[in-house]
Amino acid sequence: MTDELAIDVKGMTKRFGKLTAVDHVDLQVRKGEVCGFLGPNGSGKTTFIRMLCGLLRADEGSGQCLGHDVIKDSETIKRQVGYMTQKFSFWEDLTIEENLDFVARMYSLKNRRETVKQSLERLGLSARKDQLAGQLSGGWKQRLALAACLIHEPQLLLLDEPTAGVDPIARRDFWKEIHQLAGQGLTFLIATHYMDEAERCHRLAFIANGKLLTVGTVSDVVENSHLTTWAVDGPDLLQLADKLQALPGVEQAVPFGGILHISGPDQAALEQAIAPFRTSQYHWKQVPAGLEDVFIHLMEQTKGAPSK
Amino acid sequence: MNNNSVFSLARLWAIVVKEFIQMRRDRVTFAMMIGIPILQLVLFSYAINSDPRHLSAAIVVADHGPQGRAILSALRNSTYFQFVRQVSTEAEAQAALARGEVQFMINIPEHFTRDLLRGDRPMLLVEADATDPGATGGPLGALPSILNAAMLNDAKGPLDYLASAESPIDLRIHAKYNPEAITQYTIVPGLLGVVLTMTMVMITALAITRERESGTMENLLSMPTRPLEVMIGKILPYILVGYIQMALILLAAHFLFQVPIVGNLWLLMGVTLVFIAASLAVGVTFSTLAQNQRQAMQMTLFFFLPSILLSGFMFPFRGMPEWAQALGEILPLTHFLRLVRGILLKGNGIDDVIRQLWQIALFGVVVLTIAVFRYRRTLD
Repeated sequence: MTDELAIDVKGMTKRFGKLTAVDHVDLQVRKGEVCGFLGPNGSGKTTFIRMLCGLLRADEGSGQCLGHDVIKDSETIKRQVGYMTQKFSFWEDLTIEENLDFVARMYSLKNRRETVKQSLERLGLSARKDQLAGQLSGGWKQRLALAACLIHEPQLLLLDEPTAGVDPIARRDFWKEIHQLAGQGLTFLIATHYMDEAERCHRLAFIANGKLLTVGTVSDVVENSHLTTWAVDGPDLLQLADKLQALPGVEQAVPFGGILHISGPDQAALEQAIAPFRTSQYHWKQVPAGLEDVFIHLMEQTKGAPSK
Repeated sequence: MNNNSVFSLARLWAIVVKEFIQMRRDRVTFAMMIGIPILQLVLFSYAINSDPRHLSAAIVVADHGPQGRAILSALRNSTYFQFVRQVSTEAEAQAALARGEVQFMINIPEHFTRDLLRGDRPMLLVEADATDPGATGGPLGALPSILNAAMLNDAKGPLDYLASAESPIDLRIHAKYNPEAITQYTIVPGLLGVVLTMTMVMITALAITRERESGTMENLLSMPTRPLEVMIGKILPYILVGYIQMALILLAAHFLFQVPIVGNLWLLMGVTLVFIAASLAVGVTFSTLAQNQRQAMQMTLFFFLPSILLSGFMFPFRGMPEWAQALGEILPLTHFLRLVRGILLKGNGIDDVIRQLWQIALFGVVVLTIAVFRYRRTLD
């Protein structure tokens, strides 16, 4: 990781009719950084990513992406960016090899055959190269998509929920690959809903209703939320959750397996709320707030405004 | 009734209600369901006429005697013929026939009245453009009786010798280009246009809509490629497909149906390119309007139906009322049918071809302009 910025944009805004999908978002991502992009469905993640790779024209905003003007030089940026769409968007009636070959031609790569071969090998697709993309399982489709995004050796990868519908083992391999590539200097902006994936990112950006709410490392984000969380263990936890949820000072009462997490932004109010329940039948313990608690806390804060 | 194995009216009703809700949401399908019957009703009932009247004819009148005039007015009164042009030479009339400007040529030769009165059985020449036997069959069949009736009117008093058993006129009918009125000669070249319209419009509309529906269009556009490259790249393969279809139909026309191929095949290939391009333009435009493949399919049908009914493929073009002819003149298939029949059966050359061809080209340009405007909008 260096201090050089791969993405440095200010005031990025996109409107669709009356709806402002992305509302003056500033974002800086350093070279070699894996930046997680979090936010509820319809919060503007995809729109923001599409603006960065030139698929959508921003209504407002300025800045640079890989040293090029993000508004004027979108064609130049396109060549140096790999974009992986949310939905698998390669040709299901082409084989793996044909798909990669097509992408290589689109980027007018020299030594096309050699590049395709290397790409197949690196991601372990060689044995399956003649299989139709449509017949692949979710994990293999995602490998193919990643291979295709990397084939023109981009410096920045924009991945839009890349692991949706992929099993845990394939997801782990995928993240290993991403960290290796980041080690080689590639920059990642990854939209995700998975908290375990978010925790694997160097930094997180949280967006809701088109507005950027917070940016920082995992511990920064948790700390900045000033969220207090208590874990409670005991009988009839669901009834307890209902009772606590209704009290002032309690923002969330969420079951995690056999334990209930009670969180709230105001420590004093939260402790006052749970005080009557601190009986011998329950076992209470203060725990550090988890990323998911923070995520839900941030979402609660933006409630009221329409989410799409 | 909670038994799952019993047919449940409540569940049946739930499915019916769901279908209606979906039907209402899909506006294009809904419009098609209403639009297609109305269109068919209007076209079939008002526009189509399998016994065409008022067919255009050019007349060459070299004799101005009363009998010649009597024959002309009898032809006009029969309502089969409409004299749109009077020319001075037979060659001029035949040129109009070759270009398809008139359906008939009627020639009343010099000294017609004199020869008639002398009982010399003068010749009356009627030439018909029989590339569409459906249009010419009726009038040609009725000709002898029309003429006889006209003669009988005059064959009174001193002229009653004209009402002999044998007709006093030597009627010569030339059904040109297709003298035996073989329908295959008309249908098979026509099918070339129909098949090309159907496949070219449908395949392009579907190919581009599919790309958008499956999300691969977004992927394409995120790569360094221009929309125009995508468009042209998607269209080119289908031009080849169009030519393969053309080759198949022409081979079948020649070997299976013995359709004469009088004109220049290279000219036909050039003409076909313009027609294919216009049809592809329609397909591209539909793909920018349709939200999914099903809608693209329905739009294709919506275009295909009038193309078949109003172009003169199924029913004689000149048999339709003027408003329907005006609609038909817009459609590229109408002009292509005339071109294919003209080149294959009449041996039309480049001069005759241009008159129809520019109209196909104009149609293509207008439609493509719509497509380009629509395409820009769908990008953002």
